[in-house]
Amino acid sequence: MSSSLIARRSPGNRVSSPAARGTRSSVTRNNLSGWGFATPFLVFFLVFLVWPVVYGIYMSLTGKSLTGANDSVIGLANYAEAFADADMWRSLGNTLYFTVISTVPLVLVALVMAALLNVGLPAQWLWRLSYFAPYLLASTVVSLFFTWMYNPQLGLINDSLSKIGIPKIAWLNDPNVAMWAIVIATLWWTVGFNFLLYLAAMQNIPAQHYEAASLDGAGAWRQLFSITLPQLGPTTVMIVLLQVLASLKIFDQVYQMTAGGPGGATRPAVQYIFETGFTGYRLGYSAAISYIFFGLIVLVSVMQFVITRRRSA
Amino acid sequence: MATQTLNRATLGTSTSPAVRQPRKKMSAGRIAAVVVAAVIAVLWLVPFAWATVTAFKSETDAASPKVSWIPPSGFTADAFVKVFQDGNIPLWTWNSLYTSAAITAVTLVISSLVAYALSRIDFKGKKVLMTVIIASIIVPPPVLIIPLFYQMLALHMIDTSWAIILPQVIHPAMVFVLKKFFDQIPRELEEAAVMDGASRMRIFLQVVLPLSRPILAAVAIFVFIGAWNNFLWPFIATNDASLLTLPVGLQTIKSAYGIQYAQNMASALLAALPLILVFLFFQRQIIKGVATTGLAGT
Repeated sequence: MSSSLIARRSPGNRVSSPAARGTRSSVTRNNLSGWGFATPFLVFFLVFLVWPVVYGIYMSLTGKSLTGANDSVIGLANYAEAFADADMWRSLGNTLYFTVISTVPLVLVALVMAALLNVGLPAQWLWRLSYFAPYLLASTVVSLFFTWMYNPQLGLINDSLSKIGIPKIAWLNDPNVAMWAIVIATLWWTVGFNFLLYLAAMQNIPAQHYEAASLDGAGAWRQLFSITLPQLGPTTVMIVLLQVLASLKIFDQVYQMTAGGPGGATRPAVQYIFETGFTGYRLGYSAAISYIFFGLIVLVSVMQFVITRRRSA
Repeated sequence: MATQTLNRATLGTSTSPAVRQPRKKMSAGRIAAVVVAAVIAVLWLVPFAWATVTAFKSETDAASPKVSWIPPSGFTADAFVKVFQDGNIPLWTWNSLYTSAAITAVTLVISSLVAYALSRIDFKGKKVLMTVIIASIIVPPPVLIIPLFYQMLALHMIDTSWAIILPQVIHPAMVFVLKKFFDQIPRELEEAAVMDGASRMRIFLQVVLPLSRPILAAVAIFVFIGAWNNFLWPFIATNDASLLTLPVGLQTIKSAYGIQYAQNMASALLAALPLILVFLFFQRQIIKGVATTGLAGT
């Protein structure tokens, strides 16, 4: 191994220099091995991602149904129908509403959790475990836990609230409360992920910053506001971005806890896609709604990108 | 951001306190921090505790309108016995285990191969390929359920494990994470092997992969947790009760048991147990995985 390194460096034997690398045979070899290494992934990528994306667009232009009737192309009729479909707009609205009201606590609570642990509490692993453990659960488990705790008559939450004089709340059955009930369950379930991202970012802040601040007599609070928080800007941007994209895809816990109810008050876009396709049998129409939803996600992503660009510029 | 490093103190699974800062006396602020942290921790543990207590109650006590942490007629493991007699939980656990393992294995193989090519080999069309893979990160999986279902129907794979496994092996963000890691491996290590006449595949297998264990572990754990907990796609792809994964199976239990609260909680806890155990064993790698592959919010 060392002998070949010497050989490479000796004059007149610069086989791997950029100029020599450009010989035709090595270019061909690189092309072959490059695509060879990429092929296994590419096969799956083309069959299970690119093809469905393209085929979905075609489906959205047809009257395809699960019962096999009317496979013919009907142009943009599905899209026209969708844009006039109040249920679709409502499900998109629910999705956006959930995204807005869930992102704020999911970022803030994560920040508070990480800031608390960053003080250097004893038994770090125990705190980390309790904050993060729910993230490991399947949505079904989370939904079972919370449906049980939200139970209006037998549930722990109403029982605890009644002890401090708050009347019973129909958590999952009250259209004005149900979405908040979903947000609380989601916060409990997924905040640990953001918490770990924040904690990692905080631990990456050089210790010298804090040492210098201590010498200047800055206390823990002062250090938090003058050093820690200002350094977290890029991390916060990333967490908000990921959180918004994750929240837009909400489906599991809503479907399992309220089935979209009461009266469609919590039904998100993904559930509407699912229902038009598999309960309503209208695959073509469902595909069209999928792409309108996709368009919304792209729009939100572009908006986030523009805003963060402008901020950092 | 995606490849930020973490110091041992953050990630260590040992109980040693953080060494980052000199140990300070318990000031008032620190005590307040402990109190607030403890309140949050208790709130976060209550659902587990309440589910556990309920699972060990008799159905009568569980359905009593008088909420109790200590059941009037004592604790009993009846609910667990009934769930086990039912027999589905072990079967669904096995289904989740082998489909998630298969998804993880295939993802690791195909993603690391393509990531290596993107990182190290100068081939024609590389830039286009890279752009397409990065662009595909934005495709939300729920958008694909309709065409994928139709495709699986055409391939006669609906109600087989293939339908669960195959569409879940593409993780464009993970390819990107792996590529960034490979980029940091010094080229000299490989060039020496090239000089010795080793083939690309040999270099990949004997030089690059052994150096990449941490990131491979992180990606593996991440993909595994995602696959284990995925609900929407397995829910669509299978109806056959013998093929259901644990999350999908649980959903059917909820309606089957109806108001059998203790049994519901017992099955939820049994379903949660495997991943909690995995976490206790791999705590450090999992936390690192979140920090390093955090960009991959799939």
